[in-house]
Amino acid sequence: MTAILEISGLTKRYASGLVALDDVDLTINRGEIFALLGPNGAGKTTLIGAVCGLVRPTAGTMRAFGHDMATDWRKARARIGLVPQELATDMFEPVERAVAYSRGLFGLPPDGAHIEQVLRSLSLWEKRKDRIMTLSGGMKRRVLIAKALAHEPDLLFLDEPTAGVDVELRRDMWRLIGQMRERGVTIILTTHYIEEAEEMADRVGIIRKGRILMVDDKAAMMKRLGRTEAVITLAQPLAELPAALAALTVSLENGGTSICYRGGDGTGKGKAEVAELTKALVRAGIDYTGIDIHDSTLEDIFVDLVEQREAENAA
Amino acid sequence: MSFNARSAWSIYKRELMRFLRTAFQSVLSPVLTTSLYFIVFGAAIGGRMPDLGGVNYAAFIIPGLLMLTLLGETTSNSSFGIYMPRFTGTIYELLSAPVGVAETLVGFVGAAATKSLILAAIILTTAMLFVDYTIAHPFLALLYIMLVASAFSLFGFILGIWADNFEKLGIIPMLILTPLTFLGGTFYSIDMLPSPWDKIALANPIVYLVNGLRWTFYGQSDVSIGVSLGLTLGFLAICVAIIAYIFRTGWRLRA
Repeated sequence: MTAILEISGLTKRYASGLVALDDVDLTINRGEIFALLGPNGAGKTTLIGAVCGLVRPTAGTMRAFGHDMATDWRKARARIGLVPQELATDMFEPVERAVAYSRGLFGLPPDGAHIEQVLRSLSLWEKRKDRIMTLSGGMKRRVLIAKALAHEPDLLFLDEPTAGVDVELRRDMWRLIGQMRERGVTIILTTHYIEEAEEMADRVGIIRKGRILMVDDKAAMMKRLGRTEAVITLAQPLAELPAALAALTVSLENGGTSICYRGGDGTGKGKAEVAELTKALVRAGIDYTGIDIHDSTLEDIFVDLVEQREAENAA
Repeated sequence: MSFNARSAWSIYKRELMRFLRTAFQSVLSPVLTTSLYFIVFGAAIGGRMPDLGGVNYAAFIIPGLLMLTLLGETTSNSSFGIYMPRFTGTIYELLSAPVGVAETLVGFVGAAATKSLILAAIILTTAMLFVDYTIAHPFLALLYIMLVASAFSLFGFILGIWADNFEKLGIIPMLILTPLTFLGGTFYSIDMLPSPWDKIALANPIVYLVNGLRWTFYGQSDVSIGVSLGLTLGFLAICVAIIAYIFRTGWRLRA
């Protein structure tokens, strides 16, 4: 894998003393979708801002496409696009002119064919003569994406791309992000919707209070930290667990009316063990009336991890 | 230092488009204001005033009126041009682009200066409807107008970065520039002031700007054209230095 963005020791300390980024190390590989997860105020937007030139880092180095972003920022920034969280654009401008402006701002010659292709891919072509202020919130967000794609970036930052949009549009946005990746664009997105990261990301980074807690392949993270939880409701309460179930990670709960399984690794091992558990119950002649099975999501992992760190800090 | 002409041109073009969006107001306002000044000071009062240095009073006030509009409009246009992206958040696009101080200044300040030159042409044309006048040094007048427009575009740019609300954005043009311009010899020669006000008036920097322009129009003024030029160039250099510092440190631009 080729690293296209290398961040090392990145720190941002504001005059107020607030440390928004604390010694962040992060490497982004070409062609991947990287999701940066974190609670409000974790430092996600500050990290994006530092890479894109909106925030002045206190310490650390950043290299994009092999260029030092402190000294060779023009070459690096020319290949980076940013879709901000806020719907910030000149609302009086027609869509097409606003997108063409973004291309010119990045120093590229006019290219009507490219602008048309971008607008069509975002279903904005029919709206190209409309003033941005007349568009719906979802369409305005598409305009921001079109502006960010106008200069054909190789690395695209999407800061909360689906914040405040309805479910249908969110799915639409996911499809668009998938298309961008197919065109070879590397994507870094921040999101509150962990489902979004779970759906699209190749790798996930978790940030909290300016520190990166974990970076891993999504699948590896699920395997390492994922769990299966199953609650089997018994037809008759049990006084104690039968010896036949001793090998499984189960416990008797709710006054002996249910057996609870917690285990697995987030890759199917848990479900297989639950199947074994039900067979063992049948063999032991124990009847049950219901099974509630639940695989932990990335959200569960995220919440567990953040809560665990908070507990560690409090201790 | 590299310079990307396309980036600068894009900013310049967009700023001019913004001006054209409000062209009716932008053009009508100075025409109306200038006409009113000529009606009141040129026809109603000016008819009772003696010639000043051999120049008809209505013609005498043209450079001052031009400077009055030029300073106010240039400063406002330029400050608004950079303040609005900061206020609405669209500044992110400029800051994340491969654009440096040179492209930004050529784009924003160039557009503000261009608007000012258009306004100057409108005002001078309007003046012709009310009074006969000839410009003694037209080329120098054009250069001087461009110089003042550039300097105050830079000044406006600084204001637009300094201001963190609309009140601050308007306070300098309204409470400092306009009064100083009125007191800067727009409607009179400082020779007409009683002592010690004639000396005190020389502490007003706008006196030198108005008189510099008046010299290019009529070949005479209250102060030396060299001093006027020197002060204008010095002011421009100070503004450039401040803007270079702002971009180097990211003051009020980058978090």
